[in-house]
Amino acid sequence: MRKVTHKTTTAPMDSVELLRELVAHLQQSRTLLREEWARRITEAKLLTAMSKDEIFAEATAIYDNYIEALESGTFEALQAYARNLSERIIPRGVETHEVIGIVLLLRDVLARSLFAKYQSDFALYNRILDAYEPAANRIANTVAVGFVQERERVIREQQEAIRVLSTPVLQVRERLLILPIIGVIDPQRARQLTEQLLRGIRTNRAKVVVIDITGVPVMDANVANHLVQTVEATRLLGATVIITGLSPEIAQTLVTIGVDLGKMNTVGDLQGGIEEAERLLGYKVVPLGEASHSV
Amino acid sequence: MEVPILKQGPYLIASIQSALSDEDLVHLRDALVAQVGKLRSRGVIVDVTVLDVMDSFATRTLRDIAHMIRLRGAEMVIVGIQPEVAFALVRLGLKLEGVATALDLEEGILYLNRKMLESGKEMKNRGR
Repeated sequence: MRKVTHKTTTAPMDSVELLRELVAHLQQSRTLLREEWARRITEAKLLTAMSKDEIFAEATAIYDNYIEALESGTFEALQAYARNLSERIIPRGVETHEVIGIVLLLRDVLARSLFAKYQSDFALYNRILDAYEPAANRIANTVAVGFVQERERVIREQQEAIRVLSTPVLQVRERLLILPIIGVIDPQRARQLTEQLLRGIRTNRAKVVVIDITGVPVMDANVANHLVQTVEATRLLGATVIITGLSPEIAQTLVTIGVDLGKMNTVGDLQGGIEEAERLLGYKVVPLGEASHSV
Repeated sequence: MEVPILKQGPYLIASIQSALSDEDLVHLRDALVAQVGKLRSRGVIVDVTVLDVMDSFATRTLRDIAHMIRLRGAEMVIVGIQPEVAFALVRLGLKLEGVATALDLEEGILYLNRKMLESGKEMKNRGR
């Protein structure tokens, strides 16, 4: 504290004292302001995923952290709290605008109360605001950034999880692989799919690959092109691709981008695809009874 | 570095050992097209397993060789294209149209055997 006062030249003691006075005021009217804030949160229909009691409990905690940050001028504790809070509320579907909304509401509530207290002395009120505003803005900033960072971390983790789960290359018979694709294919996933497929062909010495895209709802032109390129690359490795489960939408996309249908081997469903693949490989599946007859 | 061309029964096997310059490729082309007639080979296998890069000249030359071999009355198959190379080629639009490809040497030989069988049948049919 003393260091700060030495550095600043104009009325240093004043601003520190002002901040102290302000904090004292906010601590005194803690119960009232906190209730007012919780009321306005409900009114503004923010944090609808949480119950009234929960909102009140969080409001208390944020309020205390807020004042502490104002008082000490350090934001580490607040940052940690914001991160912890985000961790708890993100899984419950709390949105970014809600978090920013409640912090801004608190800022407004406090500013109003300051106005009520100092309105008789306008010059003093101005100086109080000078001390309050930068700190309050930084707090709003810290909480919002903390929330967004936490959200991004969650999204990154989920993307990673999806990536790991997404694409098994399975061998169903000697020299026959299937690649069931489920979900939307983005360019990154498409690249990964191709890589895994081409490697799989080499390691399993596959001759035929059935790519089943029943679980792919839509495909943009880019990814469709990528799929066609994958089919061509597969040919260079000496394997044949059969694509099954093309939805009407994807068929439309492929026709629109003008795919050479001569190179695409498509069959209606996975069963048909596997039967076609078996035919290509020279397998014939016969029910047991018939097999013993013919032998 | 020159590419050794090995005779294996009715087939010729050109097994590329290291990265090739444009000049080496032209040599390979001339040697293969000449040998295929001299040795009366029925098929040619070009093994590119060691190549981790194939540029447009290499691709075009390989395609030309395949077409020339066919005109000389034999079949050609390229074997051992690496997955990364395959995708890179397709991305660059170098698709080796009309050229047979197979996973590795063994597959290549099987492919040529099958081709021989087919053409043998055709001959027989024509003979009848």
